[in-house]
Amino acid sequence: MAKFNLNINGKERELDVDPTTPMLWVLRDHIKLVGTKYGCGIAQCGACTVHLDGNAVRSCQLPISSVGDKEITTIEGLSEKGDHPVQQAWLEVDVPQCGYCQAGQIMTASALLEKNPNPSDEEIETAMNGNICRCGTYTRIKKAVKIAANSINA
Amino acid sequence: MTLVKTAIGRRSFIKSSALAGGGLILGFNWLASCKMTPEEVRNLPKEWFEINGYLKISDNGQVTIMSPNPEGGQNVKTAMPMIVAEELDIDWNEVIVEQAPLNTDLYSRQFIGGSQAIRTSWEGLRMAGASARHMLIAAAAEAWQVPLKEISTESGKIKHTASDKSISYGAIASAAAKVSVPDEVALKATSDFKIIGTSKKNVDGLKIVTGKPLFGIDTQSEGMLTAMILHPPAFGMKLKSFDDSVVKTMPGIQAVFSTKVLDDTYTRQHFDTCTFLEVVTIVGDSTWEVMNAKKAIAVEWEPFETYTEERQPYRGPQQTLTIPSGLESSADHSTKMAEMATKKARVVRKDGNPEKAFRSASKIIERTYTAPFLAHNCMEPMNFFADVKSDSAQLSGPLQKAELTEQAIATRLGIPVEKIDIELTRLGGGYGRRSYAHWALEAAIISQKMKAPVKLVYTREDDMTGGIYRPAYQVTYKAALDSNNNLTGLHINAGGIPESPLYANRFPAGAIDNYQADSWTIPTNITIGSFRAPRSNFMASAEQSFLDEIAEAAGKDPIDFRLELLDRAAKNPVGEKNDYDAERYAGVLKLVKEKSNWNNRDSNSKQGVAAYFCHNSYAAQVVDMTWENDQPKIQKVTCAIDCGIVINPDAASNLCEGGIVDGIGNALYGELTFKDGIPQKSNFDDYRMIRMRESPKEIEVHFVKNDIDPTGLGEPTFPPVFAALANAMYKATGKRFYNQPFVGGMT
Repeated sequence: MAKFNLNINGKERELDVDPTTPMLWVLRDHIKLVGTKYGCGIAQCGACTVHLDGNAVRSCQLPISSVGDKEITTIEGLSEKGDHPVQQAWLEVDVPQCGYCQAGQIMTASALLEKNPNPSDEEIETAMNGNICRCGTYTRIKKAVKIAANSINA
Repeated sequence: MTLVKTAIGRRSFIKSSALAGGGLILGFNWLASCKMTPEEVRNLPKEWFEINGYLKISDNGQVTIMSPNPEGGQNVKTAMPMIVAEELDIDWNEVIVEQAPLNTDLYSRQFIGGSQAIRTSWEGLRMAGASARHMLIAAAAEAWQVPLKEISTESGKIKHTASDKSISYGAIASAAAKVSVPDEVALKATSDFKIIGTSKKNVDGLKIVTGKPLFGIDTQSEGMLTAMILHPPAFGMKLKSFDDSVVKTMPGIQAVFSTKVLDDTYTRQHFDTCTFLEVVTIVGDSTWEVMNAKKAIAVEWEPFETYTEERQPYRGPQQTLTIPSGLESSADHSTKMAEMATKKARVVRKDGNPEKAFRSASKIIERTYTAPFLAHNCMEPMNFFADVKSDSAQLSGPLQKAELTEQAIATRLGIPVEKIDIELTRLGGGYGRRSYAHWALEAAIISQKMKAPVKLVYTREDDMTGGIYRPAYQVTYKAALDSNNNLTGLHINAGGIPESPLYANRFPAGAIDNYQADSWTIPTNITIGSFRAPRSNFMASAEQSFLDEIAEAAGKDPIDFRLELLDRAAKNPVGEKNDYDAERYAGVLKLVKEKSNWNNRDSNSKQGVAAYFCHNSYAAQVVDMTWENDQPKIQKVTCAIDCGIVINPDAASNLCEGGIVDGIGNALYGELTFKDGIPQKSNFDDYRMIRMRESPKEIEVHFVKNDIDPTGLGEPTFPPVFAALANAMYKATGKRFYNQPFVGGMT
């Protein structure tokens, strides 16, 4: 066990956990922020995607000991009321079916648009290819990313 | 005007009462259908009269509709209440939808399965909305002392134009509770629909995009422990012993023990398939601690001997199933299936004289198709929450067949069903897998033993290697063509491990004079079960690929060839048991031909077509593709579907798009092989799932417009796309694809 001070969604959190614990389980078990999802545990599906200083990372492969003072943003902290342009675009296109992977999809998409507000189809595919949607909503995800990009650029 | 009765004899489908605090609550039968003959009514099962849906109108005008069916992405939680709201004539924005818990006293058939939710509830939902509306109007007529027929409604308001009176539903709801339920009510003409047929957003959309705890795996409870299991590494193995000495001392670990999932004497029901009978269980304070302990535990497994289990199928007498011993391999499965195809099989249907047709044929074409076991790979791994006390249990989790699960749990725990509460959480995918809830039993047993609330979570590896898989299948099609290239005979020899995929009475049965369909099975100890459009998901692929090849051999356009067969089946069908409507079948083919710009696309893009009927709906698809860097690149999929009236078009389209992407993914990459009983894939680094880059660039879904009562939508678009893809791939490469997966492997 070791003590850590983390910045999660703009709030300071003090935790005493095994330093090897991946952020996925720190978030879900210790902080009770369960919007970040467990899908594979080996960074292959993207369900656990969060932002680390604005970059999309797989929280299942991010030990708490490696976070330091970097800022973590989860789906719960992306916006206060679900009004981030990516969330709004997701609602407009009515993307989700079962919905389980969508928090990870939204976190990947929002990190992409932060860096590249006007991505090509190819750039969207490259960024989103690490996120599996078992229900097969990919065409809607792509459409929503484009709508979000337009709304950010407007 | 359609009138529906709300009662048959003295048995009513509706009960009304006053809502505490003011308002009306209407209990109704979600599944009621009154278009029945007296004979059918006498034979109705008792539960069809049970009140299994609720509609509340509070005095502030808030309308709450309880949705009894679990939601796993099919959109029933939005679509079903839309039907009620339509007949009630209320503004959709004023409706709140709540998920009902499992309650076998109040609700029946709280199932996901068979794409039946909308089909079976259609009339009951309409009747409920119409009855409530009628009672509100009757209350207003009484209050205003005006004739009922002069009153109209509009978006939650009741009006009497002549006297310029109007009142909101909420304000009259308490009075409506005192009105007697009408014996029959008029349903709206479909041309008057304002909500049905318009696209409404997913009622849980905002919760999903903001990461609210909707799923079973998100369950938290005071003092909750986390449990995981270790199951045998191979099918055909069982637990021999385990050494927990190291693990017990690891931080955060509470207990290690073995869990017997079902008692030996238990008679299993249809969905009580249990992957492994005994598992090693680790319980601790947090997921990561338990995961670490799981890796440190030393377990010995051993092969089991052949055994039997008692099964009570859906219908018919109890059966004794034999589970063979042995560590099976996919290579042996292939050999055995090839052998079976050469042996005499069970003849399921025979029309005309197939032997003669083949003797006199001028051309015979024979092709064999195979498909492997598939894992469901729901994105939310199997999990369940249980808080079992000495005489009661509070359970929660993602279930497709909660009522049946509850019965198994009650028996295993020794706690009566009335003392068990199950909360139904949103399913992070189901596709059939969550119909077999052995993990719910495991969670309940662990909680009972620990005397504490427990959340059981499977790792992805536990989930993928302990599945209830789609069976492995094989079918051989043999066609006889005469000198004029007419299809004069067809022989189908279909089988699988351990079930046969054959539907002997489906198209093209009925369109061919000389027809025979044979079936065989090979037993296995690998657990199998329903997977999105069971059996159809293989037969469509083989049949529609074969017809493509026959059309080519006969020098005919693939769509025209199918239409010719369907024309025959419509005008002069062979046999009387054909279970499809040839005209509706042809209808989707004609629509897809028109919408896909069939044969008129630019020459770089290759097209393949397929059509199939299952789950009461008709689907046809055209895949447009190019071949780039030795890989298929799917430019567009055009889909035509006839599922009757469409409730929520955009969400319906989403579900069809999902079926298409899922089908393409499984056709190209889906495969689980075994070696010495060990599943050869265990996570998404080796089990290839379709991703955005491989997904079609564009999907167009066209619904056939008609006034036929709605039918299934979750499954019908899945099976045909396998074949539409294979047929397009043939055009692109000159090569036929007989064995799934067509591409396989990892990127």
